[in-house]
Amino acid sequence: MVPPDIQGEIAEIKEGDFTVEEIIVKIKTADGIKELTMIQRWPVRNPRPVSKNLAPHEPMFTGQRVIDALFPVGKGGTACVPGPFGSGKTVIQHQLAKWADAEIIVYVGCGERGNEMTDVLLEFPELQDPKSGEPLMKRTVLIANTSNMPVAAREASVYTGMTIAEYFRDMGYSVALMADSTSRWAESMREISGRLEEMPGEEGYPAYLGTRIAEFYERAGRTISIGSVGREGALSAVGAVSPPGGDLSDPVVQATLRVVKVFWSLEAELAYSRHFPAISWLNSYSLYTDDLEDFYIEEIGEEWIQMRGRAVAILQEEADLNEIVRLVGVDALSPGNRLIMETAKSMREDFLHQNAFHEVDTYTSFKKQYMMMELIMLLHERSDQWLQSGKSINDLLTLDVKEEIARAKYTPEEEVEAAFEQIRKNIISQTEI
Amino acid sequence: MIKEYHTVSEIAGPLMLVEKVEDVKYEELVEVELPNGEIRHGKVLEVSDDKALVQLFEGARGLSVQGSKVRFLGKGVEIPVSEDILGRVFDGQGRPIDDGPEILPEKRLDINGEPLNPYARDYPSEFIQTGISCIDGLNTLVRGQKLPIFSASGLPHSRMAVQIARQAKVLGTSEPFAVVFAAMGITFEESEYFISDFRETGAIDRAVLFMNLADDPAIERISTPRMALTVAEYLAFEKGMHVLAILTDMTNYCEALREVSAARKEIPGRRGYPGYMYTDLASVYERAGKIMDKPGSITQIPILTMPEDDKTHPIPDLTGYITEGQIILSRSMHRKGIYPPVDAPQSLSRLKDKGIGEGKTRKDHADTFNQLYDAYTRGLAARELEVILGEAALSEMDRLFYRFAEAFEQKYVQQDEYENRSIEETLDLGWELLSMVPTTELKRIRTEYLEEFLPKFLKKEPAEEEVAVDTGC
Repeated sequence: MVPPDIQGEIAEIKEGDFTVEEIIVKIKTADGIKELTMIQRWPVRNPRPVSKNLAPHEPMFTGQRVIDALFPVGKGGTACVPGPFGSGKTVIQHQLAKWADAEIIVYVGCGERGNEMTDVLLEFPELQDPKSGEPLMKRTVLIANTSNMPVAAREASVYTGMTIAEYFRDMGYSVALMADSTSRWAESMREISGRLEEMPGEEGYPAYLGTRIAEFYERAGRTISIGSVGREGALSAVGAVSPPGGDLSDPVVQATLRVVKVFWSLEAELAYSRHFPAISWLNSYSLYTDDLEDFYIEEIGEEWIQMRGRAVAILQEEADLNEIVRLVGVDALSPGNRLIMETAKSMREDFLHQNAFHEVDTYTSFKKQYMMMELIMLLHERSDQWLQSGKSINDLLTLDVKEEIARAKYTPEEEVEAAFEQIRKNIISQTEI
Repeated sequence: MIKEYHTVSEIAGPLMLVEKVEDVKYEELVEVELPNGEIRHGKVLEVSDDKALVQLFEGARGLSVQGSKVRFLGKGVEIPVSEDILGRVFDGQGRPIDDGPEILPEKRLDINGEPLNPYARDYPSEFIQTGISCIDGLNTLVRGQKLPIFSASGLPHSRMAVQIARQAKVLGTSEPFAVVFAAMGITFEESEYFISDFRETGAIDRAVLFMNLADDPAIERISTPRMALTVAEYLAFEKGMHVLAILTDMTNYCEALREVSAARKEIPGRRGYPGYMYTDLASVYERAGKIMDKPGSITQIPILTMPEDDKTHPIPDLTGYITEGQIILSRSMHRKGIYPPVDAPQSLSRLKDKGIGEGKTRKDHADTFNQLYDAYTRGLAARELEVILGEAALSEMDRLFYRFAEAFEQKYVQQDEYENRSIEETLDLGWELLSMVPTTELKRIRTEYLEEFLPKFLKKEPAEEEVAVDTGC
């Protein structure tokens, strides 16, 4: 690949095997002949130029159910995952690095724990990239700046990672960049700004914090590279944010939310009850759902959009009903509302809750996600009819098939078709009027 | 040749400005001689043109601008180390206070250490049995981890730290831990409590103590943990020992950091603490772990007292972002008479996943841990509901989990200060409690384990019967 700042006619090109430092091609440019090796040097703070920017139109599947089903990020999109310590930011970043549907992963460990970066170095060579079959480490670049390493290097680390990601994007790959954690980058900017005796902005951060953050995330995108071939590449960026006290009014969180299109809000309450990923289904959002709708309709089917809509509505209703439950207890609800609470509970515990450390549950294909949600919604509809026919809510609570649905997530991918078909049959037979 | 400067131009708080200096470096060690011959020490914080800003370790009391002589010693703050350091007691600056001689050094090490390349680290994964169920079972400690205790004034963190130091062991080895203890701003009585326990168990012979007590200069506190960790690194990575580093009380350390920052007229961050406190704390806490192909390890247990019991205060907040989890103590549990008063839902061990399971603790550890948490938090939610609505408004399930939560606190969390439970006992205790819950609710445990482990704890027919009996009106 020729560096983006060089253009002209090929004067001479070699054939064979070479080291990266040997000259392999000579280009006749307006400024004379340029000799090129396979190495490119690029100033990290300058975005690499592209010929065209396109809107993301395809989701980047991650195998994490709450993300893929409810808050998807597009290929070439941006997302942020803010949360207090212990809420699972790094586990999510690691899961994305392992399972995201991307050809290259750039993981920037920015001012965080050394052991976490060691974890990537030790674990990734042992895991397999599902697409290529090779060790996962072969598709991963790790920028390691630990919290006790120099602060000026920390400030540069995110730019280093972004440039490397852009380089691979220009080759036509789909790249995902994870920055853990952008707050440390902001803090390093604050410290350097303080030493330069610049006037501080909010909370001591430099006044240009918002601009820098926006410029950073703007380097993500779906692009056509410059040059005669015009390769399409994608760079998705996911930034973790560590606000002090977990308070989302923090300037870094706010500046990031103004720019990124997906917000996975991690909440302490969910983390305490060990509901992981602790992504709030009420407060998170993805602004890609409209852009991606065509993809879902064509590739998955219109039913998916409707089913997801119903699921989200049930979760919202549960939140509203919880207000009442808090005042008068759950027995005061009508059977119909009790059913909604039960289905919502199943959605949360059997679908949204996912164990990153379980051999099977760590990754769920979209097909399996679809079928899992289908089972839960099928039970909901059948139960509704059952209740209408006069059955009591208590009978519903003790249906055997509920336990089968609860364990569905642990069914290995190869067994899913057969096992879920059986569950489907059980739902129908156990809710026979 | 070391030059001597008589050009002190300003003294403010613990800071001193020396002018017309040459060739002075950051963090360089400084010797100040007072007119009466007394020698004080400091280090260079900043250099600019021909000026050097010096932080005085013992403070500036008695120092005058005239007559003070300053010498820059051409090296950073160092500590002499050798194997003879075991069993010795030093003050916050590394001077012996046990009536023993100075250490005859095998080498002198810069107390700031060097950050470790993540590639050189080995991931901590060896289970440490502390004998305390709410740690071993729920917030498992592994060798090489940094796991702090977030306490508050009046809570028994010292008793816990001492119990951990006394009972900590790695199963399958008989090798005891060496202890490096750094006291920052604690009272004489508290330090005596630690020392006498170390004496009783004989740990004192394998311990190195750095004592900066409450009446010692605050500025010294900033060097104390660095000295202690330098010795810990030496013992661990050069002498192959397994070191337990206990640092108490980090709150006093942060206060000293704030004092120096204010004196330097730096723009304060949150609550007046310096904006770089995260990085500074990281340079202390990150000095733990294991190195590839080296036998030793450093396991760090920092202790801090949360001002106003507030977890979002900068000191515990920043610490939580750096350390590999936290053990949080709860005042309400302490009031109920529970020791150790560990708030299980808010506590966390980030490294437990690789330290538990088959071959380390037991294969059912992960699943039962998930289930215990689930049941306990449901019980806590029921307890909250009961406070507002009364017991009558609770469903049968809620009542069951409420009772579970009570039993969990009384039997699993609560234990005696000298009670040393094996991991089997802890895990079995978990099962005993889970047998109170209907088996259909045990969704987080895989079926094979339910079949293997649960039966012997089910005394009679399922818990539904007990529930029916208890709640019949």
